[in-house]
Amino acid sequence: MKRLLITAASVLALTAAPAFAQDMVVTNAKLVIGDGGAPIEGGVVIVDDGKVVFAGVPTPGQTFSTDVVIDAGGAWVTPGLFATVTTLGLADVSAVDESNDITARETPFSAALDAATAINPTSQHILVHKAAGITRAATSMMPSGSIFAGQGAIIDLDGDAQPVMQARAFQMINLGEGGADRAGGSRAAAHALLRSALREAQALVGKSGIPETTEIGKDDEVFLSRFDAEALVPVVTGKQKLYVAVERMADIRAVLALKTEYPKLDLVLVGVTEGWLVANEIAAAGVPVIANGLNDLPETFEQLGATQSNAGRMAKAGVTVAINAESLQNPRRLQQVAGNLVALTRMPGASGMEWGKAFAAISSVPAAISGMGGKAGVLKPGALGDVVMWSGDPLEVGSVPTKVFIAGVEQDLTNHQTRLRDRYIDLDESDRPKAYDW
Amino acid sequence: MLSHFKLRARIGALATLASALALSACATTGGSGDPASASDKSDDKAFAATPAGDPVFASTYKPYPNIATAIRGATIYDGKGGKIENGVVFMSGGKITSVGGPDTPIPADIAVFDGTGKFVTPGIIDIHSHLGDYPSPGVEAHSDGNEATAPTTPEVWAEHSVWPQDPGFSRALANGGITALQILPGSANLMGGRSVTLKNVPARTMQGMKFPGAPYSMKMACGENPKRVYGSRGRMPSTRMGNLAVNRETWLGAIDYANDPKAKRDLGKETLVGVLKGEILIQNHCYRADEMALVLDMAKEMGYKVAAFHHAVEAYKIGDLLRENDVCSAIWADWYGFKMESYDGILENAAFLQREGACVVIHSDDQNDIQRLNQEAAKAQAAGARVGIDIPDATVIQWLTYNAAKAMGISDMTGSLETGKMADVVLWNGDPLSVYSRPEKVWIDGALMFDAMNPKTRPVSDFELGQPGEGDVK
Repeated sequence: MKRLLITAASVLALTAAPAFAQDMVVTNAKLVIGDGGAPIEGGVVIVDDGKVVFAGVPTPGQTFSTDVVIDAGGAWVTPGLFATVTTLGLADVSAVDESNDITARETPFSAALDAATAINPTSQHILVHKAAGITRAATSMMPSGSIFAGQGAIIDLDGDAQPVMQARAFQMINLGEGGADRAGGSRAAAHALLRSALREAQALVGKSGIPETTEIGKDDEVFLSRFDAEALVPVVTGKQKLYVAVERMADIRAVLALKTEYPKLDLVLVGVTEGWLVANEIAAAGVPVIANGLNDLPETFEQLGATQSNAGRMAKAGVTVAINAESLQNPRRLQQVAGNLVALTRMPGASGMEWGKAFAAISSVPAAISGMGGKAGVLKPGALGDVVMWSGDPLEVGSVPTKVFIAGVEQDLTNHQTRLRDRYIDLDESDRPKAYDW
Repeated sequence: MLSHFKLRARIGALATLASALALSACATTGGSGDPASASDKSDDKAFAATPAGDPVFASTYKPYPNIATAIRGATIYDGKGGKIENGVVFMSGGKITSVGGPDTPIPADIAVFDGTGKFVTPGIIDIHSHLGDYPSPGVEAHSDGNEATAPTTPEVWAEHSVWPQDPGFSRALANGGITALQILPGSANLMGGRSVTLKNVPARTMQGMKFPGAPYSMKMACGENPKRVYGSRGRMPSTRMGNLAVNRETWLGAIDYANDPKAKRDLGKETLVGVLKGEILIQNHCYRADEMALVLDMAKEMGYKVAAFHHAVEAYKIGDLLRENDVCSAIWADWYGFKMESYDGILENAAFLQREGACVVIHSDDQNDIQRLNQEAAKAQAAGARVGIDIPDATVIQWLTYNAAKAMGISDMTGSLETGKMADVVLWNGDPLSVYSRPEKVWIDGALMFDAMNPKTRPVSDFELGQPGEGDVK
């Protein structure tokens, strides 16, 4: 590979599209670091060996050795978006049961379910969302047969053979209406089930071996399969995050109170529609939130206090807030939600987020909550070389990526939708039916 | 992902039945001791309902008090593709009095708003909503959108399910600038019943919201939902061919009814005959292009017209056919892949339809998206621009205003800023096709029904009183 030595000001065109990570320099960018700051004009990003080595405004005379130089021409350049919580890769069509691995109502297992074993890296949803600038995601099954959804994974969206960056990154449970329903019909049942499960897991802490060689005390009226109880050991010891989906103020408090019983729990709140009512308590507990961004209706009795200002108010109180992809029609709407949070800053009485903070809420913040702090959702030295160039302001609804790099590799943005688009760019069948147009 | 077809658990229905039985038992006991009812029966005057076709459940909506108001200095999109820079909109008596450039006369001593840097559009209209018939909170007891007990129920009217206290109406007003909306029955049934068009004003009764003079529509549904709901019960239809067969048999029955002067009144057939006469419009849930083509042929066979295909995610495949048949496509911008018949959804749907000269309407079918139809339209516009189909902003606004009104049969009253039309107007605090803009003021028939600058103009439904966040910014 030919190496180029350039300065930030001199831009040489070079066309090459190898499917492996190459060193590259993006120049002349309206650069978004993703850490909450404002965009930087004339920014440069340098990716070496799949990682960011520099992002910012270079000092005069600074030189870089590189394979490829890309002149952004003033376009917006950002880190890849980080989507959480999603079901990406777990279903082709959610309403087509045969294709859907998101729920497993009939399984005897619960906490042991491991989403990483079911992910299809070439799912159209992954390809479509990569084309929308999402380069990494937390993906999880959803609670169905139990309050436990099972263990979620952190994935990349490059469609290669290894989509899973971290398997079993978190356990997810629901302790609101949904959890109550699945536990037998009451929140009290959900809490009792959780406590008994954690107790069983605690009994296994430090024990090793296969189910036949270690035992849970039979006096404990074991509810979980051994496999499920073992899966909760990292939760109860704080080695695996516990995502808890709740909406109501009282339910949020009940989750925060779990820390007094189980001090090692590494909690993350999900949903949290009424979080603004207890924002100070959430902030004091230091528990991050993956918040529904724009829900403003009492769609359930646990969401009576819903307002679009929820995320902004929590952030103002010092809560770490990422935007929840799961509550959206599809995760590619994250940019739209973030843009709406910016819009709220102009509305009397409303709370939103400044542009940089709103962008961070769909990039570096969810990445950090997912254990990828400094690695994803941000363009800083040492971070993965996930770089997205946009057709316009990335929080504006009409903007889409023009180039997407994942770990320094430029991505093919073709998918089922772009192929349909290309076929139906006209309706001309005078020569042949559309089936021949591909 | 949302499922836009909602069928709640049947336990709730059973419970309701049980309580209904208890109630009717009480009524019987009370009635038997009342001699007046018995003597009425022996009277020689005939019992009769009001004649078929007389207005029933009639609108009691009256425009709220308004003051003559003008907005000047704003960018105006008139809803029919026109754009005026630095324009003036003047409304009085609940009507649009004049629309024009900066020289348009504004009478002295009326309320004048400076629209510099702001935008004015007609009130936004959602052709596809379930507010009120699937209200918030979405509990089983509120599940009133699908009479999923028979595959054709043209006799049911969505207005009888509308709960005017649904907090969703106020969100649609304040965040979406929605001034009129069509409430449809759901899509469990091939023929789901009549729709109702509402003015988006808070009211104690449905009649207090009912859009005066708006025609009814009837909801029909193609595809997966009817065949799944009834097929799973071992009933017809269980296939798409079954869907068409049941539809055609039903239309033939309606034609016989229409031709039989001695036929006993039949509420379902009255609706169908209204369609055949062109008095009631057809709003047809239909995702797939091939099924839309079948429906158009069925409509020709039976002698009716389809006003709009809703959720028409594959409309882009037959834009020519839709244009030739003068049918609108009511669509989302970016919903796809949540059910099999939505698998081919693409962002360019609206733009490809526009390229063919077919009618585009952006709809919601959702209590959240109805708050952002402008943003959905902007996504669809941008997708077109990326493939070289440049659609002017003013045309895109037409998708949410005039085109929706046209497909609902109310375009002679609202949907555009034209002299004499209802003063249904939104003042946006910026470009309505930007994510960063919001409605600042919304007028309905000239009455200022929402003002972002005044918290007391946030409507609060009865349900929200005394609850967390009562009167909060939403």
